[in-house]
Amino acid sequence: MISYLIRRLLGAIPLLLGILTLIFFIINIAPGDPTARYFNPNVAPEVIEQMRRNLGLDQPLHIQYFRWVTSFARGDFGNSFGQMRPISEILPTVLWNTIQLMLISIIIIFVVGMLIGMYQAVRQYSASDNFLTVAALFFYSMPSFWFALMLILIFSLKASQWDWPIQFPASQMTSVGYEFMAPGEKIWDRLMHLAMPAIALGIGSAAGIARYMRGSMLEVIHQDYIRTARAKGLSERVVVFKHALRNALIPIITLLGLYLPVLLSGSVVVETIFAWPGMGRLIVDAIFQRDYPLVMATSFVAATLVVVGNLLADVLYAVVDPRIRTE
Amino acid sequence: MEPILKVSDLRTYFRADAGLARAVDGVSFEVHPGETLGIVGESGSGKSVTSLSVMRLIPEPPGEIQPGSKILFRDNEGEKDLARVTEEEMRHIRGNDIAMIFQEPMTSLNPVFKVGDQIVESLRLHQGLSKKDAREKAIDMLRLVGIPIPEQRVDEYPHQLSGGMRQRVMIAIALACDPKVLIADEPTTALDVTIQAQILELLNRLQEELGMAIILITHDLGVVAETCDRVIVMYAGQVFEEGSVEDVFRDPQNPYTEGLLRSIPRLGSHSERLAVIPGVVPSATEWPTGCRFHARCPYGWEKTAQEEPPLFEIGPGRKSKCWLVEHPERREEIRRETGGFTPEGALTGTGASTPAAGAPDEGVDVQARDREV
Repeated sequence: MISYLIRRLLGAIPLLLGILTLIFFIINIAPGDPTARYFNPNVAPEVIEQMRRNLGLDQPLHIQYFRWVTSFARGDFGNSFGQMRPISEILPTVLWNTIQLMLISIIIIFVVGMLIGMYQAVRQYSASDNFLTVAALFFYSMPSFWFALMLILIFSLKASQWDWPIQFPASQMTSVGYEFMAPGEKIWDRLMHLAMPAIALGIGSAAGIARYMRGSMLEVIHQDYIRTARAKGLSERVVVFKHALRNALIPIITLLGLYLPVLLSGSVVVETIFAWPGMGRLIVDAIFQRDYPLVMATSFVAATLVVVGNLLADVLYAVVDPRIRTE
Repeated sequence: MEPILKVSDLRTYFRADAGLARAVDGVSFEVHPGETLGIVGESGSGKSVTSLSVMRLIPEPPGEIQPGSKILFRDNEGEKDLARVTEEEMRHIRGNDIAMIFQEPMTSLNPVFKVGDQIVESLRLHQGLSKKDAREKAIDMLRLVGIPIPEQRVDEYPHQLSGGMRQRVMIAIALACDPKVLIADEPTTALDVTIQAQILELLNRLQEELGMAIILITHDLGVVAETCDRVIVMYAGQVFEEGSVEDVFRDPQNPYTEGLLRSIPRLGSHSERLAVIPGVVPSATEWPTGCRFHARCPYGWEKTAQEEPPLFEIGPGRKSKCWLVEHPERREEIRRETGGFTPEGALTGTGASTPAAGAPDEGVDVQARDREV
């Protein structure tokens, strides 16, 4: 197992390099210039020219690429053109912010999605099954930005107008005066801020998982070994949550690997709406400013997340399904 | 001796799109302690639904055991009607007093759990054993059903075992809690012949050692002859014949039984064409009127197409659901003329010339065949 993991990780290196090379050339070919925001009648063209030379943009593209590769191989992401400070300073906090959001989102997606899917499978064709099917289709179809705005409208704006007992903050990661809170309060404050963006980010995927889970569960529930489990005299709860769930999980695990990139791209929109200082926003800002080093660094993180997500899915496969372990 | 299981007038219906499917329609039989009862019949005759009804494993809806059905099970505390007990009570009986093994050993074990754990689960549930004791007992059970190196096999997964070994594990699970009745639903159908013999031998041996009653459901008459004491023959959700295996096999009274026995190819006989029962089992949503077998029966006449025969008592423990019991002369007559179920008889009644049973023109067809006869 360990050697398998190492082999997979080593195999991911050329893949990552290929992805990053592609991105490097695409972003450099794209029109626009990192120094464009300094264009101004009061700035002499010589100054701009000097700036380009300082950033290394006067070199031919293949030299630039070679320079980037060598510094990247040393673990140096360079300086952000836009923020004028080392990327290694910017990235960790931003990445951590996004990981918080994605973790909560994934929990919502899989726990809520799977519970709903299982409930539907057990109550197939009932009124609640039909209702949940329609609801899932609705949430799956609605774009996350619309959903995010509706959440803000109802649970933030209207909730405060109507004095609801629970109101969610509409933006940012922390409340005013966060620094002066007790540790428990800090966690609660962070969770309150996380709730709406995490839901907006995850609900569409949760609806998708619910559909998959319903199908997977229905298939499993009609298997012979479920009948065997019932014939043993096991209660319906044990039959569903132990014997059926474990088998129904197997196809769902694949989706875990697939949903990580979906979440990352979804976070671009959601983080912008909720003013969440995370990777999504950072990527968009970097691209708009043609902040080449930052684009490369964030792309690297995103690609790594996808690779790790798929690796995680493969490991979980082996955990759940003994038939895969032996091969 | 008092029967341990007494099923009377069992009716299990399914609500289907095509209408009400009367899969089991008034089945009665008894099982005595320590005996092996065979239930035979073609596919679709209601054998499996009967056994699943006894276990109360019929999915509801669409299935329903009709009011009036009785499944009386006798244990130390007295008699219980399994058709009526709560689901909670039924769970204590399932796997504990009445256990079941199924047709498909390849898919009947949960692929993600170790075989030992699947035995342990039952033991812990019904007998409240500790983890360690249950594991010991599981290893003992695996040894009992003839699995080599049980200490090692107990930690293996189903995919690491062959089909025959898996069926042995199924038997170990079923017998773990010392059930009084074991229902075996075609336990050897999916296995190859040498393994079949081993499994049947194992069941016979375990019955002698443990003394449980076995209900063996099969469409393989050879298996019945080999292992059963008594046999009931089912057709179209009803019992058509009942008796000891010797009586039924030597002298079948019901034409359906006769047809089944004649359909077995015999080693050494060189007939070009097998004697078969023409046609197929009709659909459970539209059983034919009269005797449900009349359209496929060479002895049929007007009366059989219109009136349903009762299950006549024709001797001690011997029953037959056929009007021939009252009109024995007709049997002789037809036999003299055509030989009853013969390869030739099969020719006149192959799929093409036999209408789907339950079709509206069926009465006409019977008369047409009567003229041919």
